[in-house]
Amino acid sequence: MYFKLKIWRQKSPEDKGGFQFYELDDVSPDMSFLEMIDVLNESLEIKGVEPVHFDHDCREGICGTCSMFINGRPHGPQRGVTTCQLHMRSFNDGDTITIEPWRARSFPVIKDLVVDRSAFDRIIQAGGFVSVSTGGVPDANEIPISTNIANEAMDAASCIGCGACVAACKNASAMLFVAAKISQLALLPQGKIEAASRAENMVVQMDSEGFGTCTNTEACVAECPKEIGLVHIARMNREYFFAKQSSENISLR
Amino acid sequence: MNWLSQTLASSLGKKLIMALTGLFLILFLTGHLIGNLQLLKDDGGQAFNEYAKFMTTTPIVKILSYLTYISIILHVIYSLILTINNLKSRPIKYAVNRQSENSVWTSRNMGILGTLILIFLVIHLRSFWYEMHFGSIPTIAYEGGGQIKNLYLIVVEAFSHLWYVILYVVSMVALAFHLTHGFQSAFQTLGLRHLKYTPLIKIAGLLFAILVPALFALQPVYLYLKNL
Repeated sequence: MYFKLKIWRQKSPEDKGGFQFYELDDVSPDMSFLEMIDVLNESLEIKGVEPVHFDHDCREGICGTCSMFINGRPHGPQRGVTTCQLHMRSFNDGDTITIEPWRARSFPVIKDLVVDRSAFDRIIQAGGFVSVSTGGVPDANEIPISTNIANEAMDAASCIGCGACVAACKNASAMLFVAAKISQLALLPQGKIEAASRAENMVVQMDSEGFGTCTNTEACVAECPKEIGLVHIARMNREYFFAKQSSENISLR
Repeated sequence: MNWLSQTLASSLGKKLIMALTGLFLILFLTGHLIGNLQLLKDDGGQAFNEYAKFMTTTPIVKILSYLTYISIILHVIYSLILTINNLKSRPIKYAVNRQSENSVWTSRNMGILGTLILIFLVIHLRSFWYEMHFGSIPTIAYEGGGQIKNLYLIVVEAFSHLWYVILYVVSMVALAFHLTHGFQSAFQTLGLRHLKYTPLIKIAGLLFAILVPALFALQPVYLYLKNL
């Protein structure tokens, strides 16, 4: 397959950056999108051109590291996949493919397609840890949890923190990510104990990182590679409002 | 900052204000529509004029009307604050962004629709609300009541102009689209989402968004045609 590639190149966070055009021939339709970029980079290296920098790690859709805005959509045109799980057969021979980094005030570009997503780490940190002394490994089913709840907590926990929700949202809002993290623990008995302070602290951190606010367009849900639902944002809102009216934290930022 | 102002200043707090004021304005629309339907009565405007007097003189309605003014003002101010912050959250736009693949137009353009509604509201309030409260309206006497303001006369006069009727109909279309997203979105923001009730809320929201603006738009069209 033959492709014309329009890729965002930016030397450093301070650099203004711009698009560069590349052509790539003999691309196998069975290549993953990242493998296609690998092939491009090999050809660039031979020519003595700086390869395109991009984030990647596991290449099997579970780490959340890859992050490319492909043809106007995070992780490309397919639903429920990450960029590394996207194959070139999803495109037509001769297509022009535009590749951009995630765009958000809270995700500054480091180089080319690599953005700094440490804002997510700081939100997770703000959530704190579960301070219940758990002791040894308990017997199975010692704490009864219904299948429904376990499944929903697992759905939330499937968030890989890739940032596609922020990238897709017209407001660059991180609410689906934060909601998934709050929801995952708030549903389970071990996490319920500190659910209030966790919701309060994570929302405060989310706000201070400069993300936008949700307008319920559901773009995040449509683009989430793990297909995490809006139900979690509703739960986050409940958790937060309940925490605000009932917790004894009165001196929060 | 104390905990309450901190809550209302947070992202979720601002959304809470948008949702609560939005829902209150939905209630207001319902009440306003019931009153307006008096215009359809073929009684020379008696029912409508009595309704207009009731709305401007009854104490409980006064309280509700102040709540409505406050809701409109808060809804507008907070939407501006949120929109400005949201725009700042993505200083560099995408070169290619296919938003239509992942969301519907109305949900992304609530601000534009809201602005149209606000412009309409200013014109609408100037025409009727201002005239009723501060203008000099001729009075009319009905049996069993004293002299009351004949707002019906002003309404009929206003809707004898075609451009004014068109303005109202177009504005009601904007309101309809605003409501298709806003109604169900308010419940989502409040965290009121449930496998059983959310589908009902969505259907109710859609019906409300179609029916209420359609009935509002019916009044000027009816009066225009009636007095041709």
